[in-house]
Amino acid sequence: MANGNLELIQLTKRYGETVAVDAIDLKVPAGTYCCFLGPSGCGKSSTMRMIAGHEVVSSGDIVLGAQNVTDLPPAKRGTAMMFQSYALFPHLSVLDNVAFSLKMKGVEKTERYRKAGAVMELVDLTKYASRMPAQLSGGQQQRVALARALVTDPGILLLDEPLSALDPFLRLRVRTELKRLQRELGISFLHVTHGQDEAMALADLVVIMKDGRIEQAGTPQEVFHRPRTEFVARFMGGHNVVTLDGRPLTIRADRVRLGGGEAGADRSLSGEIRGVEYQGATVTVVLAVPDAGEITAVIPEERFVASPAALGETRAIHWSRADEYAFA
Amino acid sequence: MSQRGGIAPYLQAAPLALVFLLFLVIPLAIIVMVSFWTYTDYSIQPAFEVQNYLDVFDRCIVRLPTLCTTFRTYLSTLTFCAIVWALTLVIGFTVAYFLAFEVRSPTVQSLLFLVCTIPFWTSNVIRMISWIPLLGRSGLVNQALIGLGLIDQPIEWLLYSSFSVTITFVHLFTFFMVVPIYNSMLRIDRSLIEAARDAGASGWQILWNVIVPLSKTGIAIGSIFVITIVMGDFITIGLMGGQQIASVGKTIQTEISYLQFPVAAANAVVLLGTVLLIIVGLTRVVDIRREL
Repeated sequence: MANGNLELIQLTKRYGETVAVDAIDLKVPAGTYCCFLGPSGCGKSSTMRMIAGHEVVSSGDIVLGAQNVTDLPPAKRGTAMMFQSYALFPHLSVLDNVAFSLKMKGVEKTERYRKAGAVMELVDLTKYASRMPAQLSGGQQQRVALARALVTDPGILLLDEPLSALDPFLRLRVRTELKRLQRELGISFLHVTHGQDEAMALADLVVIMKDGRIEQAGTPQEVFHRPRTEFVARFMGGHNVVTLDGRPLTIRADRVRLGGGEAGADRSLSGEIRGVEYQGATVTVVLAVPDAGEITAVIPEERFVASPAALGETRAIHWSRADEYAFA
Repeated sequence: MSQRGGIAPYLQAAPLALVFLLFLVIPLAIIVMVSFWTYTDYSIQPAFEVQNYLDVFDRCIVRLPTLCTTFRTYLSTLTFCAIVWALTLVIGFTVAYFLAFEVRSPTVQSLLFLVCTIPFWTSNVIRMISWIPLLGRSGLVNQALIGLGLIDQPIEWLLYSSFSVTITFVHLFTFFMVVPIYNSMLRIDRSLIEAARDAGASGWQILWNVIVPLSKTGIAIGSIFVITIVMGDFITIGLMGGQQIASVGKTIQTEISYLQFPVAAANAVVLLGTVLLIIVGLTRVVDIRREL
């Protein structure tokens, strides 16, 4: 299948009066790990479902490689989808689940089992071949769903919140696994999530959506360092969004320090300490600063131990003016 | 936690067990018991003889391959059963599929389902005999066909025939297929259909590889309903067959009307055994407990 670039052109989805996806444009180069990120109802799932072919496009185009796939049926697009609840066929064994699409294509039995076996080896499922989905753990089911999607040799794999059903510990492991798999296969992964940490950890390209529009698309570093809007800064976390000198700007929480700074190069403020949270390597201190609102400072543990802060104290804080970033 | 064991669990199960005992086990035991009794034209005697069973299968084995009355009756009943089962299955599955997958709004779904139950507001017998003015010699169908000039003579086989019996059975019992199949279809996760489509399955492939296997329990339960009702029926076959068509149920009814209770009981036990065999066969194919 064409291992091509994905391009969305003025892609729109309307449900009656509501616009779920509002004329978005996006280019995803081949072999990219792309994360669609946003709060629920932002249109990220609708966008993915349109790309997969499970949702009719209201207007606009989806181009994959050299082909306009907007009106093609799902299986003719070179995409494969991994569903949020995995959608494994409960009446089929793991092997038959993985081989399902080959059976639909009319591939002969030994050949489809051979091919399914090869994919199952890739995700380490071989020893569960004869089990039924109900006999598997969440992580194993997830791998079956992955194998079933990969067996079609898709050019793009679409993953709808693939980690949301897993427990936090497993989530981290599977995350690493997904990234490894994407590198090995060299195909694009399109991953919908509402967790910014997930997106940051995995993506080559982060697409942040809000109210059916793309707020920002870029590498994790770009999105984190140069958030285009206040929404992006807040959603990515780790930022303070404050209005100073009459304009909104952001300052990363880990650049805020306790104590007074130098007069020229630093900006100094002071406020009452509202919260102190010990995180291990760092300590998060929340201050209520008059005129600027709440400011969060993330301080390395040893610095905090050197100059501790307690609830209710009024303390000075400062940061380098060079670290401030005003929205474009 | 109190300790397990003791008398409490038995007491909790007692009411239902009592109902079963009173209304199922005891009557069945009586039927089996009476089937071994002897009878004359005017009396019934407690005994333990297998004569009634021998009478049921009177010269059935020696006359093979010619079928004896009992075998012919069973064959006719089983044929009706098979035809009605196949028709109610196809129609019931289609209706259930339409309700569960083609109707999108849950409100409309429930509404249409309720509409399906409306015929049950009148009695079975009334729904049966309402076919008579439609199918009779000068009934609506014949008159319409003659009026259209398609036939000169009224079609005779429309009423009091296997045809009218079959059509009435199907009319009466299709809903017993619809309900359990619809119920299993509602439990099918919609994302499975999408996953199948994503894997390139066509509409028929989705039907055959996903929907039918996942509706199996519903199909089995509906089949049990239809098969047990049709196997034991005597009213429909009597009324719509013009009292001319044999069925096991009718045989038993006739024997009872002659007060030959022991042989009727023997016949009933044989019928029960036959139906049980069919059901056991069905449960071998489909695990019904998954649904219950």
